[in-house]
Amino acid sequence: MSELIGRSVPRVEDERLLRGEGAYVDDLHPSGCSEAAFLRSPQAHARIVSIDVEEARSAPGVIAVLTGADLAGELEPMVFQIARVVPETVRASTGAVSRVHPMPAIPADRATYVGQPLAVVVAESRYLAEDALELIELELEPLPAVVDPEAALEPGAPLVEPEWEDNLALEYRYRRGDVDAAFEQAAVVVEEVFHSHRHVASPIETRGVVATVDPLDGTLAVSASTQTPHQLRDFLAGALRRAPETLRVRAPDVGGGFGPKGAIYPEDLVIPYLATRVGRPVKWIEDRSEHFAATTHGREQVHRIALAADADGRILAVRDSIVHNCGAYHTLGLVVPYNTLTHLIGPYDVPAVDVRLRAAITNTGVVAPYRGAGRPEAVFAMERAVTRLARAVGIDAAELRARNLIAPEAMPYATGMIYRDGTEQVYDSGDYPKLLARARALVEEEPWAERAAGRRVGVGYAAYVEGTGVGPFESAALTVLGGGRVRVATGASSQGQSHRTTLAQIAADALGVPFERIEVVGGDTAAIAAGFGTIASRSLVVAGNAVAKAAAELRAAVLDAAGSLLGAPPESLTLADGTIRPLDGDGPELPLADLAGALSPFNPRRPAGAPTELHAKAIFNPGPVTYAAGVHAAVVAVDPATGAVEILRYAVSHDCGRPVNPAIAEGQVLGGVMQGIGGALYEELVYDPDGQLRTGSFMDYLLPTAGEMPEIRLVHVDCPTPLNPLGVKGLGEGGAIGPPAAIANAVEDALADLGVVVRACPLTPDRVRALIRAGGGDGGATAGAGATEVAA
Amino acid sequence: MSEHAVQQVPIRVTVNGRELAAEVEPRLLLSDFIRHHAGLTGTHVGCEHGVCGACTVLVDGAPQRSCLVFAAQADGAEIRTVEGLAEPGAPLHPVQQAFHEEHGMQCGFCTSGFLMTTVALLEETPHPSDEQLVDALSGNLCRCTGYRNIVAAARSAERKLAEAGDE
Ligand code: FES
Ligand code: FES
Repeated sequence: MSELIGRSVPRVEDERLLRGEGAYVDDLHPSGCSEAAFLRSPQAHARIVSIDVEEARSAPGVIAVLTGADLAGELEPMVFQIARVVPETVRASTGAVSRVHPMPAIPADRATYVGQPLAVVVAESRYLAEDALELIELELEPLPAVVDPEAALEPGAPLVEPEWEDNLALEYRYRRGDVDAAFEQAAVVVEEVFHSHRHVASPIETRGVVATVDPLDGTLAVSASTQTPHQLRDFLAGALRRAPETLRVRAPDVGGGFGPKGAIYPEDLVIPYLATRVGRPVKWIEDRSEHFAATTHGREQVHRIALAADADGRILAVRDSIVHNCGAYHTLGLVVPYNTLTHLIGPYDVPAVDVRLRAAITNTGVVAPYRGAGRPEAVFAMERAVTRLARAVGIDAAELRARNLIAPEAMPYATGMIYRDGTEQVYDSGDYPKLLARARALVEEEPWAERAAGRRVGVGYAAYVEGTGVGPFESAALTVLGGGRVRVATGASSQGQSHRTTLAQIAADALGVPFERIEVVGGDTAAIAAGFGTIASRSLVVAGNAVAKAAAELRAAVLDAAGSLLGAPPESLTLADGTIRPLDGDGPELPLADLAGALSPFNPRRPAGAPTELHAKAIFNPGPVTYAAGVHAAVVAVDPATGAVEILRYAVSHDCGRPVNPAIAEGQVLGGVMQGIGGALYEELVYDPDGQLRTGSFMDYLLPTAGEMPEIRLVHVDCPTPLNPLGVKGLGEGGAIGPPAAIANAVEDALADLGVVVRACPLTPDRVRALIRAGGGDGGATAGAGATEVAA
Repeated sequence: MSEHAVQQVPIRVTVNGRELAAEVEPRLLLSDFIRHHAGLTGTHVGCEHGVCGACTVLVDGAPQRSCLVFAAQADGAEIRTVEGLAEPGAPLHPVQQAFHEEHGMQCGFCTSGFLMTTVALLEETPHPSDEQLVDALSGNLCRCTGYRNIVAAARSAERKLAEAGDE
């Protein structure tokens, strides 16, 4: 009965947004709304000597000025419970230890990163609030700062958290097989250091919060540009010591998320608190410079990785020692660092593994999930190492990969590791050799015309798997409305992923109600009490299946109610196209709208004992994650004289299970790939050694534009998963996982004869030139010689 | 609030055909004027430093980043925003329709800026070359779509406008 799943149904989200009728958080301006601005630390590590706010308090239009000292005792410090969570099985297999510390919403004594909020002004307008910020006198005493995570772990490093004896926040080590023996017996060993650099996700809409106290019942209503409204509600309830029922958190239209809007921030607590304190609605909209400093960053890991292989290039063992930078507060525990472990070996069959990770706190912005969340970091290290291995063995890089991939017959494949949720890691489905073959075919137009024209052309690959659809749960509640419409409420909110369309497709199919009559509400704690949120490529899997489950229950309830009304057994009825009919076609039909009308309390003849409402609720607990996978291939031309890299073609073959809406799925992949290309070639968040942010605007942190878009080809190798009834896998992040590795591999390939080793991105022209100089080759002189050892 | 009233300047602008007169602070950005004074929140602010293009509106027919212009500088100007492309209830403008059909948008936050940039381009150059098209669009940032569908939407809009012109 599936009619809509699998079709590129046009998006129902578009029309309002196209007409400029969207309601993003800054478009909400309750009457009497005041606006807040934050004073932020100009230093990476400092003792707060004094903050004099007297003059600011009496500045024009100022309603309130508060410092950390004013807030102490009013707002509980933020404690990130998730950072504590280490499932027993994870602890047993890796010895993982995680240490947490509270984060004051606004500190009273010490600033620990540039951009940390130190005071807040509420005024009649943002202009006046910012005027008053200038009048605050802040005296700081600088303390030694540490920025580099490896330096932070050295003995004697400045302590970021004085309550700790060192800066180590999290540590684990996973071992399987006889790694030492493998390295001793290996015919080939490669060893290298690879850096994943710091990014900032940069949704075009920054963060924002508007809070209002309902004058009737005292409910604190909060609208925030968040991916996780239910989690924010629960966090707020704890921080403000209020019952969760007295809070309503909504994610209105959200202008992109990509991970950072799944975190909880000081401003998320301070603004609602201020609304209760000043007795007026309060709004804060982050500006772009605040975003660079104070929104969570992504990536930043150093991998010292070694591969052992036999003479044919079969990988015998992987050893990796990883240092991860948490930033100033350890807020997320295993989430990103442990994803790195469980995605490092990826699609390969490797008998022996030894991976150690240490995570350090430093005087930098907090690092949290950014599209891929630990996976692009793992894939960059592993796929660079695999490419180095191919060169060392002397075989083509794609061929070496083919020799090491897990065979489709080996599915389901247990890796021996424990996933972050505490269950055994098992790849449920996938055909990795086919993914590789399809990607390879897309870049195999040899010889490239550019090479014939004397340009240096290189080809690079990146293969990965991605655990998607992580629990613990998502909720869905379906209600038949008057007129036969159906409302689907879910805890999963959208930041552009098109849930109003895809979840309506799922509900329409499962119910037998036309797509146009389904409306989806996401991201409102008043619409559904329990929810988890849209993070980690999970919504289609977890919310999608919750909707399908609730829809099946609602359908049964509809047929039951219709049966008693029509005097027919429910099994003899069906619901299709929004109308209840006898299965044998013999008997009266009952449109859903009429059924709803008949059950209405306004109907004096409503049957006794009939339900007053047609409603069903479901929670879907997904169990273990399902594995999406992909192979990316990049073809680049490098100008050795200028260091400029041009992507001639980018190819993606990927497996996202059963696609619900192919156009939307493709859009997600394309967007992810472009973000990955940004990280590979343009974007880097840079701190100087004192912890000053060097890239604080879009002038220094370069996002790719339409002008940087290469030709991108996509193919699908879809292997539906047996792990959930819909057969779907997540795909929000996959596109961003491959590009840095694939492009770095391609650039190195193009410059191989110059002795170039790419250890980090972004591959900006000056960095490429530096690599050529370090390789000892004078690229300019050999321009036009063509590259060697290009994958065929 | 009069105690902190700063010097105000009178301005008169036409926004989507409607004449507006207001007294504004000299430092008020045109983007804030459009959003807060004219109440047209379809124009978005993504960076306030002239890079993202989300705030693009047409000022006397030319695309402008409204976060880089003071409202006072727009005195006497004719301004078009996304809300002016199609009347409420009326069918979408061909450029809007093209973005819908080609899935040229995800979160929609950048979309108004891209629509106005595309409208300006196609009004000025009804049949742009590939280079002209990408050049015009590369002044706007989108973090969701990866641009391919935006470029396709602009091309499709070109065809729609040409067909409409032929009728
Ligand atoms: S908001 Fe004006 S260019 Fe970004
Ligand atoms: S659609 Fe989200 S920024 Fe373009």
